Amino acid sequence: MIHDIYSLLRGPMVWLAFCIFAGGMVFRITAMVGLARQKDRVVFDYMNTRYALRSILHWMVPFAGVNMRKHPVMTLVAFVFHLSVLATPLFLCAHILLVKASWNLSWWFLPDGVADVMTACVVAACGFFLCRRMLLPDVRYLTTASDLFLLALVASPFISGFWACHQWPGYPVVMMAHMLSGEILLAAIPFTRLIHMFFFPFTRGYMGSEFGGVRHAKDW
Amino acid sequence: MTKPPAKARPHFADEGIEKGVQKLTGESITPVIRDILKTEGGARLKVYMETCAHCGLCSEACHHYLSNDRDPKYSPAGKVRQTIGEILRKKGAVSPGFIKTACEIAFTECNLCRRCVMYCPFGIDVAYLMLFVRRICHRLGVVPQYIQDTAHSHAATLNQMWVKEDEWIDTLHWQEDEAREEIPGLRIPLEKEGAEIFYSVIGPEPKFRAQLIYQAAVIMHVAGMNWTMPATPGWDNSDMCMYTGDFEMTARLKKAHFETAMRLKTKRIVMGECGHAFRSVHDVGNRFLGWKTEPLPVVHAIQFYYELFRDKKLTVKQKFDQPVTLHDPCNVVRGAGLHELARYIIHETCDRFIEMHPNREHNYCCNAGGGVINCGPPFTKKRVTSNSVKAEQLKAVKAKGANIIIAPCHNCHGGLEDIIKHYDLGMEIKFLGDIIYECIKKT
Repeated sequence: MIHDIYSLLRGPMVWLAFCIFAGGMVFRITAMVGLARQKDRVVFDYMNTRYALRSILHWMVPFAGVNMRKHPVMTLVAFVFHLSVLATPLFLCAHILLVKASWNLSWWFLPDGVADVMTACVVAACGFFLCRRMLLPDVRYLTTASDLFLLALVASPFISGFWACHQWPGYPVVMMAHMLSGEILLAAIPFTRLIHMFFFPFTRGYMGSEFGGVRHAKDW
Repeated sequence: MTKPPAKARPHFADEGIEKGVQKLTGESITPVIRDILKTEGGARLKVYMETCAHCGLCSEACHHYLSNDRDPKYSPAGKVRQTIGEILRKKGAVSPGFIKTACEIAFTECNLCRRCVMYCPFGIDVAYLMLFVRRICHRLGVVPQYIQDTAHSHAATLNQMWVKEDEWIDTLHWQEDEAREEIPGLRIPLEKEGAEIFYSVIGPEPKFRAQLIYQAAVIMHVAGMNWTMPATPGWDNSDMCMYTGDFEMTARLKKAHFETAMRLKTKRIVMGECGHAFRSVHDVGNRFLGWKTEPLPVVHAIQFYYELFRDKKLTVKQKFDQPVTLHDPCNVVRGAGLHELARYIIHETCDRFIEMHPNREHNYCCNAGGGVINCGPPFTKKRVTSNSVKAEQLKAVKAKGANIIIAPCHNCHGGLEDIIKHYDLGMEIKFLGDIIYECIKKT
């Protein structure tokens, strides 16, 4: 029974999750571009590569913008969080070993100690975001149940992964929880607010283009 | 989850809103909203609404939020949540009471100043979203009375202030007469075909601030410009319809304005010191006419004065001797990047310049812009109390010695005057034109 679930989670479910993730991403971006062609032609007229990149770059460098300097702790946590949440699963030795076993493909990986620290950072950052949502009145006012659910969704594969990796009690079950939560997270990205992962370059790039090309002003 | 206890929203009676809402029923609202969502709600609306991570990093960008004890209801994302967020969540099935509150938020609690856009990591255009709410209100016939009156004036006369054609021409003649007492050869050339410059102003200039036309004529004369003003409608470059959500009228107004300049075969439009009019001509109205940029060059007064000093067309007789500060208007700074040119002019004409903080793109709005001051007396008190942060900013620069505020925008003048009065700051506001007129060599 356990073995059946395990095989399901490490076989077909992984495929399913990646397909939903990739298909969902392509679908969402295509749908957005199609809708823009239909009703927001202006976006294509004003999109300007130079100013779009100028803005995106400014917002990807920590402390480059005024607001980032105004919230130094949030900036630090947000950058460490986003870096870790993307890099840890991609460059984790254990993940790469799985790929190698299946397809004989491998790439550079993080030392286990570093990956541990980065995983802890993700979990701690989720805790920080949760505290922000609870304690800051303006953020609390904006918070919906889905925001809390997403925080839990993001944190769970990292918590369970850390647990399983260190073989803490009950780790075989936790391992499966890790795979399942990771798969759910991956599949949820295109259909929840996590879509900001794909939309960021578009919204930022468009506003950068409007500010730079039309309004001759900075937008950071 | 449980929300912090919300403070009750103070009530402001506005006939335009009250009577408009009385005519609505739940059944009449939904089809209108759904139609707008279907025809006008495109990728921008969808992407902005779905990308917002509810992080609250925009809050501190907003003077309404900062001035109302950091009440979350006034944060940019908070206002989005209460208005278009709720409309989308309920797919347009909202009550007349909801529309009343949404109208008040969109028209009087957001100046469309776009400061928050610079604070949002995603660059979500809250001004676009609030304007979308205003568009819905406009289509439902719920618009604050005073600003709707100016929109009616635009529709009937093509100017903002119900100025009749003969009154317009009379006012120009009157200012020409006055100015000729000071400079005998001066003219305000009307209908001069082929002039290089088409000079346009906003409705309130002939109505309340005719001396600004006098000053502009003196500057044009001294600089030896080949200029003209039209004797027909189309002279007014202002546009309150852009702010009421009446975009069809915005297109009509800008068409009349551009076509008048073209009828006179002028090379470029130079406009007075107005912010919203520049936004309308340079950024908004042209789009509704299908022009990516203006069909002929449009130059704001700041840029024009800068050129005159740079090319030595104007020389300073004696610099303005009191310390001055500069209020950067959103529509010509975040909207056109003219902040350094304004400082160039000030350094040419004034002895001592003291910066207020924050400044340039990060300056706080005057709280008059975006049509908020045009919503009139019912909201005056709210407008000044919702900008105590501006009063603090002005107090700080006054403490450094600046008693004169230069604000190259009409709306900013109105907004700052009310703030100065309410907070008893005892400061004086001037246009760049006032300073230039006072300081230049006229013969």
